[in-house]
Amino acid sequence: MGDVSIFLQHLTNGISLGSLYALIAIGYTMVYGILRLINFAHGDIFMLGVYLTFYGVIYTPLPWWLVFILAPLLTGFIGILLEKVAYKPLRGSARITILISAIGASFLLQNLGIVIFGGRPRAFPVPQLLNHVIKLGGVSINVVTFIIPAVSILLLIGLTYFTTKTKTGLAMRALSKDYETASLMGIDINRIISITFFMGSFLAAIGGILWGSRYPQLMPLMGAMPGLKSFIAAVVGGIGNITGAVIGGFILGLGEIMLVAFLPRLSGYRDAFAFVLLIIILLVKPSGLMGNKVTEKV
Amino acid sequence: MREKSKTHVTLIILVLTILGLFLANRYLDAYKIRIINLSGIYVTLGLSMNLINGMTGMFSLGHAGFMAIGAYTVGILTMPVSMKQMNFFMQPIVPFLANVEWGFLPALLAAGLIAALFGVLIGAPVLRLTDDYLAIATLGFAEIIRVVFTNTQSLTNGALGLKGIPNYTNTWWSWGVALVTMWFISFLMKGTYGKAFLAIREDEVAARAMGINLFKHKVMSFSFGCFFAGVAGGLMAALLGTIDPNMFRITLTFNILLIVVLGGLGKIGGTVIAAVVVTVMMEALRFLDESIDLGLVQIKGIPGMRMVVFSIILIFVVIVREKGFLKRTKGRELTYVKN
Amino acid sequence: MLKIENLDMRFGGVVACNNFNGEIGNGQIVGLIGPNGAGKTTIFNVVTGVYKPTAGRILFSPNGSEQHQLTGLSPDRIAKLGVCRTFQNIRLFGELSVLENVFIGNHLRVKSDVFSTVLRLPHYVTEEKRLYEKSLYLLEKIGLQDTRDEKASSLPYGMQRRLEIARALATDPKLLLLDEPAAGMNPQETKELIQFIREIKQEFGLTIFLIEHHMDVIMEISEKIYVLDHGVLIAEGNPSEIQRNERVVEAYLGVG
Repeated sequence: MGDVSIFLQHLTNGISLGSLYALIAIGYTMVYGILRLINFAHGDIFMLGVYLTFYGVIYTPLPWWLVFILAPLLTGFIGILLEKVAYKPLRGSARITILISAIGASFLLQNLGIVIFGGRPRAFPVPQLLNHVIKLGGVSINVVTFIIPAVSILLLIGLTYFTTKTKTGLAMRALSKDYETASLMGIDINRIISITFFMGSFLAAIGGILWGSRYPQLMPLMGAMPGLKSFIAAVVGGIGNITGAVIGGFILGLGEIMLVAFLPRLSGYRDAFAFVLLIIILLVKPSGLMGNKVTEKV
Repeated sequence: MREKSKTHVTLIILVLTILGLFLANRYLDAYKIRIINLSGIYVTLGLSMNLINGMTGMFSLGHAGFMAIGAYTVGILTMPVSMKQMNFFMQPIVPFLANVEWGFLPALLAAGLIAALFGVLIGAPVLRLTDDYLAIATLGFAEIIRVVFTNTQSLTNGALGLKGIPNYTNTWWSWGVALVTMWFISFLMKGTYGKAFLAIREDEVAARAMGINLFKHKVMSFSFGCFFAGVAGGLMAALLGTIDPNMFRITLTFNILLIVVLGGLGKIGGTVIAAVVVTVMMEALRFLDESIDLGLVQIKGIPGMRMVVFSIILIFVVIVREKGFLKRTKGRELTYVKN
Repeated sequence: MLKIENLDMRFGGVVACNNFNGEIGNGQIVGLIGPNGAGKTTIFNVVTGVYKPTAGRILFSPNGSEQHQLTGLSPDRIAKLGVCRTFQNIRLFGELSVLENVFIGNHLRVKSDVFSTVLRLPHYVTEEKRLYEKSLYLLEKIGLQDTRDEKASSLPYGMQRRLEIARALATDPKLLLLDEPAAGMNPQETKELIQFIREIKQEFGLTIFLIEHHMDVIMEISEKIYVLDHGVLIAEGNPSEIQRNERVVEAYLGVG
């Protein structure tokens, strides 16, 4: 019995971490789908989302739930701004060039974070509602562990509805399938790209809030590792593919938690797990689990 | 005629460098000498990354990892036996390394060779990937190396790092290696192998159609780059005397990338100048991060401001250059999966 | 020289080439024509190893005695065996100089190892000198010796096409594949091109396989012509046979 309950505890932890990776990974995958660009700064957008929430809750009289909605929206607009400043001027340039700009943007946000928010860690104000432990059988689990996957699933349903049923969503998919044709068909590319960045950043900020509720320590560099890992999740699932990003997120989250739980000797290597997985996937199936093979035109 | 005048220019530069170093050693204080040393090391780093990223057109972000390999190699090999015992108090060092104490030159060569070996081992599987995938995979490897070094207590002393590495690096070493790197890379790029690297950068499909074995040449270029990154890491270890895994984070790679971008992808002279300028600026702009006491007024520094400035410079340079004279339209090609 | 047997090439559900058979004899000039999207370039891509065919095989015998199976080999191996090409959408090394472009074509025949190139050992310096002379000779051949130090991408279109041919010649091919060499050329230039192709064929002992839309070029120069339509071979024969062939006329006029 004890073994089962411990396993269940790890499983819920894994699912919860996996949903967080999935939420961030979606932003990577959507942007990559359209622009073929690794938005290196995405992890730092996630960090901004957490800090905005932190300041909103602590320094404004607004109720926490309103801040939890407003901060992601604001983060979404920062995402749009990021694209306009760092990526749009380079549209059509060699990919290395854009990638360098993306890395620059990532460092800029991280260090702006240090300048504005200070380098010292802060404690995330977790609302009481999310932060109490319940006992289920022999397992004691923090409510937030359940809320994370629940919120993620709701957002995913919303996102799926958006990309399959709305006109904008369809345009987005058309653009990621065939950029040239779609741009000839009168789709307003700039608008779609802005919306993509908005949504990706919005989801990352929600992921950030949930992350903060789960691991309530804030640092300006906190986005780097989750960002990289979520990107890996997107690649594992097949970049450009939203379902793939979610699957990849869960594989990564569960894998990490289970590695630490069942091979404690290797727990120091936790951060290496994602990268090892990435390299294996790239070698075995570079297009990812759900991705399509793309053949180069000559 | 052209060849001859070029040789003259090279000789003049060489003599001026030697003279400059001689004068510097005589008249400058330790702090300035340190900056000169760092500049030399960054010249080597910038050139080695430019060989991979600028001249061969691969996009590697693994430099910090290869530097770490080089730094630890030199650290472990040159450290006196007694010092090793003091360092490894948590867990003794593995027996086969406990009693070695090499000279600096063999240790540096070993640093380069081991880094190059890892370059081949890592490059062989991942260099098939293009642009962004390669970037993320090499970044991943650098992270893995860092995580491994943090965990292999009996080999690297884990998170504690190594202290008391003999300070062999002086201006002759740092700039001597920089000159050797300059010479190696410019001669390499002059010959047919270097031209083949350029061809790969320009157009992989056409390069293969001209009989260039992509894999072989990419691994070659990559391992040369790793060799010099390893040597530079070794120089860095012997300059600082203290190393730990956290020194070799992606920030370090970012600094080198900045040098490469400022100096110009594929440009040797530009990289050398950019390496010196960036190193000096990194020091000169330190006031942005730290408080300075000017007697009457105190200027309060803001931590992180320096890197903000550098990030903005990087983005700005990339955008201006792209808008200016580097016009290429390969942006939207779907080149990330090879059949 | 080259024998293509039952070649199939599919991309997902799209059939780019269906059961193609063809043969090119030593020293021949063979044309490949067809409307846009007929699958001509696909055949070139399969022969040069850019794509691996779905089915079928390609046999290459550079001198009659030895025979190589090209299917499954990488493009660089195929180039080493003596098959080189130009590209329909010009793929020069744009940022490099005209001379460098041709010089790079020599690389696959270089015998020195990389360290002797860095140390500039005497045997390499001699080899390099010879290769530069050869490259300059090829540039002279195409009339580009005066632009040797210019950036390849800065050349006018027609010159770029000629430069691609010179670059391919530097690899010492036995079989040269030309993908629309006359595209974008005026009648005068086209005339010179025909002359030029004949010349290099003679001088370097080449066999030539070419795709072309200019019918006058194809009809004048080819000994044999294959006609493709929608990935299917619809006719083969000498120029006069092809000109009389009804299916070819239909395919080109879009009837049926």
